[in-house]
Amino acid sequence: MKNNHNILEIKHLKTYFFTRSGVVKAVDGVSFGLRKGESLCLVGESGCGKTATALSVLRLIDSPPGRIIDGEILYHDEDLLRCSGKRLRQIRGYGIAMIFQDPQSSLNPVFTVGDQIAEQIRLHLGLKRGPTVERTLHLMEQVGIPRARERMKDYPHQFSGGMRQRIMIAAALSCGPEVLIADEPTTALDTTIKEQILDIFQDLKQQREMSILFITHDLGTVAGIADRIVVMYGGRIAEVGTAFDIFDQPKHPYTHGLIKCLPDISARSDRLTPIPGMIPSLIDPPEGCIFSPRCERSMPVCNRKRPEEVVISGEHSVACHLYS
Amino acid sequence: MSQKLVEVENLKKYYPVTAGLLSRHVADVKAVDGVSFNIMERETLGLVGESGCGKSSLGRALLRLEEPTSGRVLYKGSDITTWNRRQLKEFRKEAQMIFQDPQSSLDPRMTIGDSIGEALLIHGVGTEKERLEKVAELLQRVGLEPEHAARYPHELSGGQKQRVGIARALAVNPKLVVADEPVSALDVSVQAQILNLIMDLQHELGLAYLFIAHDLAVIGHVSDRIAVMYLGQIVELAARKELFHHPLHPYTEALLSAVPVPDPHQKRKKTSLPGEVPSPVEPPPGCRFHTRCPRVMELCRQEPPVLRSREGGRLVSCHRYG
Repeated sequence: MKNNHNILEIKHLKTYFFTRSGVVKAVDGVSFGLRKGESLCLVGESGCGKTATALSVLRLIDSPPGRIIDGEILYHDEDLLRCSGKRLRQIRGYGIAMIFQDPQSSLNPVFTVGDQIAEQIRLHLGLKRGPTVERTLHLMEQVGIPRARERMKDYPHQFSGGMRQRIMIAAALSCGPEVLIADEPTTALDTTIKEQILDIFQDLKQQREMSILFITHDLGTVAGIADRIVVMYGGRIAEVGTAFDIFDQPKHPYTHGLIKCLPDISARSDRLTPIPGMIPSLIDPPEGCIFSPRCERSMPVCNRKRPEEVVISGEHSVACHLYS
Repeated sequence: MSQKLVEVENLKKYYPVTAGLLSRHVADVKAVDGVSFNIMERETLGLVGESGCGKSSLGRALLRLEEPTSGRVLYKGSDITTWNRRQLKEFRKEAQMIFQDPQSSLDPRMTIGDSIGEALLIHGVGTEKERLEKVAELLQRVGLEPEHAARYPHELSGGQKQRVGIARALAVNPKLVVADEPVSALDVSVQAQILNLIMDLQHELGLAYLFIAHDLAVIGHVSDRIAVMYLGQIVELAARKELFHHPLHPYTEALLSAVPVPDPHQKRKKTSLPGEVPSPVEPPPGCRFHTRCPRVMELCRQEPPVLRSREGGRLVSCHRYG
């Protein structure tokens, strides 16, 4: 899947956490690329390594206990894992920005929201006070905060969860980044508010041609917004493909299971089809395919050998022995 | 025809807002503000709504885990809001609760077996040996092994803990179970396992559920009838099929259209619902939904609509339907 248009390319990333109970291989050899103007969704359940992957991109892994032990993260062919701290800070502002699941804990409670958005503009773009305020206002209006001029003087606790997430998005967009990494940005929000936030993402993609790396556990949300999908399981990539590939012709038994276990509102079927067993521990994962203990189509080879990535067609590839 | 198990009549639950040194009572959070509905024997009534709509408060007030401010809750025809402690203890054998977060509803210092057996002990069921047998049987019933009885909560996964939560609720052979967001803390692959378990147990044991959730897809999967709540009131109540195929209330419509469709061929539609849920301290006058309603009329701003019956036994509270 080599592609020259990749703005961001993650190669053989390994991020381990060295805990007292053992080494947690949170990200264990993950490679994928993000293209200009595309929204790529990283999907998986808790503990599959999706957040650790995202944090690794900007070197935000807490160390100790975490450490990126191998791999490359190429942003316009520059390796972020090996660049200087100063360079990384530049890139964090106007190259790659990130928003998090819980807007409450990512905003500073003792500064007004206007100050927090403006801080980045001052820091990265070095604008004067007047233009900074104007830009802040413009950003707040763009993400749909009503009465922005008054509200920029308010503190985070005076906003609702949905509004706080809008502020986080405004702050992330403040320096016009090329890439936006969004880690479960709608998970903490209510159904109708979640829709409003997804609308903003859709607009961003269309109007700014921004590349979005959208991380979520919710396959349903992903269907409506993703160009391509990366399915992760147990710190590894299970399957990559366009949204159509993944939903129309899922190849990996795990992807299959994920789609089949979603409750369907159009019919009260008597039973769902769950994936048996539970999410594996990433301390001492099994030698072969990490999904094999839960897999209905597991074969002897699955317990011995880790499956390689196999290209199915065009952009669709899967790591499963069924196809090798 | 099945019997009414629970009848809720004009139930209210207000929480006081206090201010100042003397904790002056300045206002009320009207979490549940005049709600009436029934739960039939062996049915699942789904209760759906966004955070802060009062769905959890309703569930707790219905079991008298919190004292209702006013209104009546009839269980098998008798008003539990007037019952004394002794009667309530008996009631707890009939009505149980499953909580959202299995982590915080289990005592970390008690073994799984003790946690489940405690209910039996409190109600003085059987001898110690019988109780141990019952615990082993319950564990198997919820898909765990009898050996799990000796383990502690931290040794179990989230899904397993929720199974323990369910086993504990079932220990006293209840007829009614209030399940408050029982799967929202779980991963999707595990969520399906627990939903199946909850539905299987209903068939086997003839339980009635009040199933509370914010996720309409989950609610739709388990419920016979569904009540939609907004700002402390029920805005629509209908059989599952009717609600999904013919939503009447604009809020129900908006909730339904917000359910993500796992199909990339269907283009995402932009949401029709602007704004946010207003504060339950001072709900808007007239219809509480009028500030966000895409089909608001002049009347909606002035007069609150009443929950009225429509054909097919469904209820809706909206001026558009008279």
